[in-house]
Amino acid sequence: MIEFYTNLHPVVQGVLKGLAVIMVIFPIGGACSMAERKVSAWIQGRPGPNRAIVPWIAWVPLVGPFLQRLGLFHVMADGGKMLFKEDALPGHVNKFYFVLAPIIAMIPALTTVTAVPFGAYLDQAGKVIPLALANVDIGMLAVFAVSSLGVYSLILAGWASNSKYPFLGGVRASAQLISYELSMTLSVVPVFLWVNAPGREATLGFARVVEFQSQTGFLGGMWFVFLMPVSAFIFITALFAETNRQPFDMPESEADLVGGFHTEYGAFKWGLFFVAEYAHMLIGSGVFTLLFLGGWNPLPWIPLAQVVEWLSALTPLAAHPLFVGVLSIGIFLGKVIALIFVFMWVRWTVPRFRYDQVMEIGWKKLLPLSIANLIFYAVAIALIQK
Amino acid sequence: MATPVIVERKPLTFAERTYVPQILSGLKTTWKHLVKPKDTLEYPEQRPAIPPGYRGVPTLVKDPHGREKCVSCQLCEFVCPPKAIRITPGEIAPDAPTGHVEKAPKEFEIDMLRCIYCGMCQEVCPEEAIFLQNQFSMTGYTREEMVNNKARLYELGGTLPDQHFKWDKKKDAEVHGNDRH
Repeated sequence: MIEFYTNLHPVVQGVLKGLAVIMVIFPIGGACSMAERKVSAWIQGRPGPNRAIVPWIAWVPLVGPFLQRLGLFHVMADGGKMLFKEDALPGHVNKFYFVLAPIIAMIPALTTVTAVPFGAYLDQAGKVIPLALANVDIGMLAVFAVSSLGVYSLILAGWASNSKYPFLGGVRASAQLISYELSMTLSVVPVFLWVNAPGREATLGFARVVEFQSQTGFLGGMWFVFLMPVSAFIFITALFAETNRQPFDMPESEADLVGGFHTEYGAFKWGLFFVAEYAHMLIGSGVFTLLFLGGWNPLPWIPLAQVVEWLSALTPLAAHPLFVGVLSIGIFLGKVIALIFVFMWVRWTVPRFRYDQVMEIGWKKLLPLSIANLIFYAVAIALIQK
Repeated sequence: MATPVIVERKPLTFAERTYVPQILSGLKTTWKHLVKPKDTLEYPEQRPAIPPGYRGVPTLVKDPHGREKCVSCQLCEFVCPPKAIRITPGEIAPDAPTGHVEKAPKEFEIDMLRCIYCGMCQEVCPEEAIFLQNQFSMTGYTREEMVNNKARLYELGGTLPDQHFKWDKKKDAEVHGNDRH
């Protein structure tokens, strides 16, 4: 099976990987939109969407009603609606760029996934091999470089709509994303300073970061969220801003801009913007998990290899690469989903900042803080690793 | 008179300016709402408790002996603000057990597309024959369906307790003389 795959032409492999990304990200985007509706409902004291059901599944006792209560079929109903409703194209827009914007939104969202490792398995020697579509050495750089292209879609959508609210949304998006990109990038530098210890090959990949969080000893097994809490704080705050989530919901900001950059959009084009937004959230949470929450290690000070060793004592099957792979992907996804829940939880807790507050927090608070944080860790790491 | 108290506006502390403690306490509050039982009444399965005195769909009622109470005086038809009620008066055969009541509606129609549920028909009825009861949901596919005829009105109304039995007393008085009352 694996030989068959590795013997395929690299282009075919690439196409398969691309399809895999689309097949995974689109349903997860849909599931996230449903999770969003459910979490919103629960926090507001409502049960949330719980009516749609496929008849065949309704006949299954217990499971059917449970899935119905969970609103799982509303995902399909919503997706089907998005696909089949009339795709209106307003007369006053620049048609080429108007159609181009949602496509551009999807490209960085789907591309960045390739650089993010999502699991790991142990080879015969007991070495942890990360699972990623492209386990490149420039991982972090690739994610930053490509994901920041996402803002072009918002600017393009805002401009091509030829209408004042989308335009304001696009302008806000560009200003906000540039402001927070700086602090976000600076906040992760200490992590890479620390993992690029002297005498080791330099890397910006995520695998090394996770490896550093799965060492033995008190400091070795410590997740970076404990070692560099300020970095983690700046990163997650900037992540909220980068993914246009409340309280940094400036580009959309329904209260003052109708729908922001997507006011003129509808049907599937609108849906693409949201799949892209959820994909960005997903990848952002994934990167945060890898950098600060120990990646696929289940708990701080308990690395994946340790768990596999314990499980192997029970059954030899546990050391099988397939089992370890599934286990690590499960742990990683669990953390990512928990972070996405935090995104939704914060959405219903913190009201939207005013635009001037967003700028002030970005430039006058987060940026100096991240610079100070960088200097502090640079000096500390230089002293420790000299 | 209470003396006005001037609340001093303190400058924000450092912790407050970082927003973090406030956001954390806010997260605690929203978490409480997340886990608490939901307030929603899931309507078609769960029905709201109807309070006494509720003004639902107007209906015609019978007394505990099964006698039709309406005497087709047409006061409700007269008082009805949106003119939803249409009564065709009729007579009761003199040899019938309730012949002394003399009148009963031949046809009684309430157009539920017109009815505004004001309850004035119930208020004005001298026979306590028309009541706005608990049913609150009236639907239909056609305009004709939304007009309740006499049979439907009695089906919806059923029987309600009667405190007076006015017509029984009247008959009693006719037979036995008025001294018993």
